[in-house]
Amino acid sequence: MKDDKLIIGGHEFSSRFILGSGKYSLKLIEAAVQHAGAQIITLAVRRANTKEQESILDHIPQGVTLLPNTSGARTAEEAVRIARLARELGCGDFVKIEIMKDSKYLLPDNAETVKATEILAKEGFVVMPYMYPDLYTARDLVNAGAAAVMPLASPIGSNKGLATKDFIQILIDEIDLPIIVDAGIGRPSQACEAMEMGAAAVMANTALATAGDLPVMAKAFRQAIEAGRSAYLAGLGRVITRGASASDPLTGFLRD
Amino acid sequence: MDNSFFVDSAHLSKEALEKKHRLENDPSFRKNHMEYLEGMEVLRSDICEKVMAQMKSYDYAKYTAKDVKAALEHENCSIEDFKALLSPAAEPFLEQMAERARLETSKHFGNTVYIFTPLYIANYCENYCVYCGFNCYNDINRMKLNEQQIEHEMKVIADSGMEEILILTGESRTKSDVKYIGEACKLARKYFRMVGLEIYPVNTDEYKYLHECGADYVTVFQETYDSDRYEQLHLFGHKRVWPYRFDAQERAILGGMRGVAFSALLGLADFRKDALATAMHVYYLQRKYPHVEMSLSCPRLRPIKNNDTINPLEVHEKQLCQIICAYRIFLPYVGITVSSRESARFRNGIVKIAATKISAGVSTGIGDHESKYTGKEADAPEGDEQFEIDDGRSLGTMYKDIEGEGLQPVLNDYLYV
Repeated sequence: MKDDKLIIGGHEFSSRFILGSGKYSLKLIEAAVQHAGAQIITLAVRRANTKEQESILDHIPQGVTLLPNTSGARTAEEAVRIARLARELGCGDFVKIEIMKDSKYLLPDNAETVKATEILAKEGFVVMPYMYPDLYTARDLVNAGAAAVMPLASPIGSNKGLATKDFIQILIDEIDLPIIVDAGIGRPSQACEAMEMGAAAVMANTALATAGDLPVMAKAFRQAIEAGRSAYLAGLGRVITRGASASDPLTGFLRD
Repeated sequence: MDNSFFVDSAHLSKEALEKKHRLENDPSFRKNHMEYLEGMEVLRSDICEKVMAQMKSYDYAKYTAKDVKAALEHENCSIEDFKALLSPAAEPFLEQMAERARLETSKHFGNTVYIFTPLYIANYCENYCVYCGFNCYNDINRMKLNEQQIEHEMKVIADSGMEEILILTGESRTKSDVKYIGEACKLARKYFRMVGLEIYPVNTDEYKYLHECGADYVTVFQETYDSDRYEQLHLFGHKRVWPYRFDAQERAILGGMRGVAFSALLGLADFRKDALATAMHVYYLQRKYPHVEMSLSCPRLRPIKNNDTINPLEVHEKQLCQIICAYRIFLPYVGITVSSRESARFRNGIVKIAATKISAGVSTGIGDHESKYTGKEADAPEGDEQFEIDDGRSLGTMYKDIEGEGLQPVLNDYLYV
C-alpha cells in the first residue's frame, strides 16, 4: 500500500483526494490539506485573478500542487487562453480543462474539451480534462495527450453521487490513464464507491464546503477514499445480489 | 391606490409645461409605444410572444395551498410550480420557501456573495418616465462626467478595493452617446476585473462595440412587462418603445456579451404578473442561448428628488422575499442581485436565503464618490441622484458584515476572455 501512488503526467501523489474549486474559501483549503490530505488543489483562474487581499494564490500551502482550471471558458480557444494566463500567473504546468456552454447545468462540452486538450498538451501542460463520461471522447482525450480523464459523476454541485456509474466503469476498464471522478460526489460513501470501482482519485468541493463541520467532513472523505482504494486493491469479494447460489452445481450433470 | 407621480417644476417654460400636461392627460398625444423608432433594430424573435402568453394566462388566484405544497415537494420546479409559489396562496409558506431557496442557493453558489458598485457617469435623460428622478421634466442638477472625471471616480472606487463595476447613464443618446460610453468601458477595464453596463438599449452592433471596449454584462430593466401600463408610465422619448426594450438582452447576447440581467420595477404594475414575466424572460432566453450567464434583480419603487411619496405600494418586504425565493427555486442557477434600495436588515437576511450579489459603497448621483467615500468637501459640481438609496454601507463595512453572517464575500470571479 505504501508504494501505491497516483501518477499524473509523471508526477507522484500519495493522496487520492483532490479539492475542487466550486465554492472557495481559505478555511476549505486548510481543511482539505490538513484533514483530507489533499495534495492537489483546484484553483479557478477566474477567482485567482483578483486584487483581493485574500488572494487564494498566497494561501496555498507548500508542497501542494495547484491545478488551475479554465472555468468560465465556453470554447476551446477561451480555455487555451485561460490556461496560458494561469501559467503566467505562476500556477505551474497542470491545468484542468473545463469548458461549459450551458449556464444551467454546467455540463462540459466534450468536443471542445478534446480540441483544447490537444493544443495544451502540445504546449507542455499536464492536461486533466473534465468530461461527460463517454468512451469515444475518453479515447480521443488519450490520443490528444491528456494526463488523466475526469468524468463527472452527476451534475456539478448536485451532491447526487455516481449517477453515471456504469459509464465511468467503462472508462476505468478501457482507458489506461488515471480516471478521476469529478463533480457530484456528495458524501464520503459515494467517494468510497468510486474508489472501489477502480477510480484513481476523487475530486470534491461542494460536499465539503456545505458540510456542518468542515474539518470533520474532510477527514471523513480521506478515510472513505482510503477505504475504497484498499478495497479495490484487495479485490472485492463475492457479492451475491440475487437469491442464493445452488448447493448442487447447475452443471453437475455433466459427465465429461 | 396608486402613486401620484406628476410633479411640475417652476423652472419649466409655459410651452414645456403645456406639453408635459398634455402628455400626462391626453393618451392620443403620446406616440404608439409598440412602434419602433427610426434606427431601432427589429429582431425576429419568438421570446416575447412566449413570455406574454405565460403572463396573460397567469391567474394567480386559482392556486391553492395544495399546489404550493406540491411545488415545494417537487425536485424540479416546473412553470406551474413557479406560478403557485408566486401566488397569494404561497404567502403562508414563506419560511418553507426560504428553506428550499437556501438549499438551492447553497448547491449552486455555496456561501459566496458577490459585491459590486454602480457608477453613474451622466444623468441627462430624454425621456419622461414619471417615476424616475432622471426624467427630463424633473428639476435636478444635470451632469455628465468627462473622461478625466470618470477616471477620477474609478480610481476612488478602485482604491476602496472594489473589482466589479456597473456603469450607468441616464437614457440620452445625444448627451451620452455609444462612443462616450465605450470610452468609459475602456477606462473601467484598467481599474476593474468586471465591467457591466446599465444604459439605454442599443442595437446589436453597438453592443458588440461596447463588448470590444470591455463591457461584458448588460442589465436592462423592463420596468413593467404589462405594455398597457408601461404606456401610462413612459410618456415620452425612445424609452417609450416597449418591444425594443424587451429584446435588449437578446441583442446584447448576439453582440457577444457574456451575461445579461433582467428586472421589473416592482410596484409599477401587478407585481405577481411582472415577477412571472421577468422569470419567464430569463427562462426562455436561457433555453435559446444556454451558454449565457443570466441574473435577476428585484428593485422596488423608491422616492425620488421632488417626489418623496413614491413607494412600492403593496409590494412589502414579505412579498419581495416571496418573489426572490420563488425566483431562486424556479431558476436555481441564476444570479440574484438585491440593490441598496433595500435596508441593510433586509439585505443581510436575504443573502442568507437567495441573493448572490449586492452593491456596496453606492451612490446614484454623478461625480460624488470622493465626497461620499472620504467626506471631503466636493470641489466640483455634482449631479443629483436617480433615486434614494436605503443601505449606504461602504465596501469595507459590507465585507465585514457578510463575513459576520457566515458567508464569503467575493470581489471577483471573472475573466474577460
